[in-house]
Amino acid sequence: MEWEAPGIVLSVRPYGEADAIAAVMTEAHGAHRGLARGAQSRGRAALWQPGNLVQARWVGRLSEQLGAFSAELIHPAAALVLDDALALAMLTAVCATAESALPEREPHPRVFDGLLHLLARLPQGAAQLSALIRWEADLLSDLGYGLDLASCAATGATTGLAYVSPKSGRAVSAEGAGTWADRLLPLPALLLPPTPLRNAPDTPADWHAGLRLTGHFLARDVFGLQHKPLPAARIALYDRVADMMETAPDA
Amino acid sequence: MGGPEIDRLIGLLARLPGFGPRSARRAALRLLQQPETRMLPLANALAEAARAVRPCAACGNLDSQDPCTICADPHRDHGLICVVEGVGDLWALERAHVHRGRYHVLGGTLSALAGTGPDDLNVEPLLARVREGEVAEVILALGATVEGATTMHWLTERLKPLGVVVSRVSQGVPMGGALDVLDDGTLAAALRSRRPF
Repeated sequence: MEWEAPGIVLSVRPYGEADAIAAVMTEAHGAHRGLARGAQSRGRAALWQPGNLVQARWVGRLSEQLGAFSAELIHPAAALVLDDALALAMLTAVCATAESALPEREPHPRVFDGLLHLLARLPQGAAQLSALIRWEADLLSDLGYGLDLASCAATGATTGLAYVSPKSGRAVSAEGAGTWADRLLPLPALLLPPTPLRNAPDTPADWHAGLRLTGHFLARDVFGLQHKPLPAARIALYDRVADMMETAPDA
Repeated sequence: MGGPEIDRLIGLLARLPGFGPRSARRAALRLLQQPETRMLPLANALAEAARAVRPCAACGNLDSQDPCTICADPHRDHGLICVVEGVGDLWALERAHVHRGRYHVLGGTLSALAGTGPDDLNVEPLLARVREGEVAEVILALGATVEGATTMHWLTERLKPLGVVVSRVSQGVPMGGALDVLDDGTLAAALRSRRPF
């Protein structure tokens, strides 16, 4: 058994002195693990960094075996963000979330495509937080826990949506929320379809609300069912954005 | 093969870095063939090192005295601390004779995957050394990996408020390295950290 495809390195766990167990996500094979020989060696360690796009080749005698990876670097996404603390935090958060949330060897082309574009744009900095939050919403949707943001769960209105029910994942308008507003999760506009009236750039408060929203459903529906907490890297990203919100000029 | 003692010796040697069962057998055979000149001196050296060598309470370096030889050296620049991941990195810098300050051994890097958090690293003693006020600059000499860079950013955010200069070792073209054989990531880092010449 063997296949070859462009893939994103999600995680690299040291195995022995020089090898590693790598998780690589491809469009057709999903998150796939395999033995990467020499992944900790001086010559190959730069390639086997989380976030890198590689041309991966997997070989196994039987499809159910762990098998072995060999790879060539296509895009050094990790090296391009090492100097930027926020971009690096985003890279580690998305890789850890994808690695932990996705079932092994189950293709999720939309999640792969979103992750590919997100990693390519990470050097652009904070603006990519909006894309990251939308990618997490897509991940939830692909895993069967999608948010329903089409209309208000209370009034049926399709405009003025400002909250999400932490139980049902359905949107609620400001009018429909009434006195229950403080029990609902704020819905940032970045998760709603773009409108001609909304052209203001997203703020740290929007990103904080978005990460809180997707983090709540990831923790409850995806990681909760696996009896695991949110990945530490994802929690660290949320804390970093919370710090950004506190230090923002209009905070 | 030759009794349980030999099997145990080979088994213990095979667990060492760089050794496998085959090389462990070869090493054991060489030791057993020359017990007086090779094996007993080695056994004594091992026992002596195990008894005497301890981590330095100040920096985490391994030495038979505490504070270690480097920390106790009055000719070292006490205003300069180089932070390294492990004692092996400290030895590499000492071999190169390029750092005349003191060191701090973290004992690892932050790793969400391996579950290594700040509490698992030798961080608090570093912050305490900086708070004492004698340190002017902290050089972060950690690996150019995702985990190394994450650790450097995390440390920088905690060191800068203490009023100390924080720098990091550069990345780029190695000595004797040709550009056409460098990986894309190293080339990108080298171009980003270019400087006037």
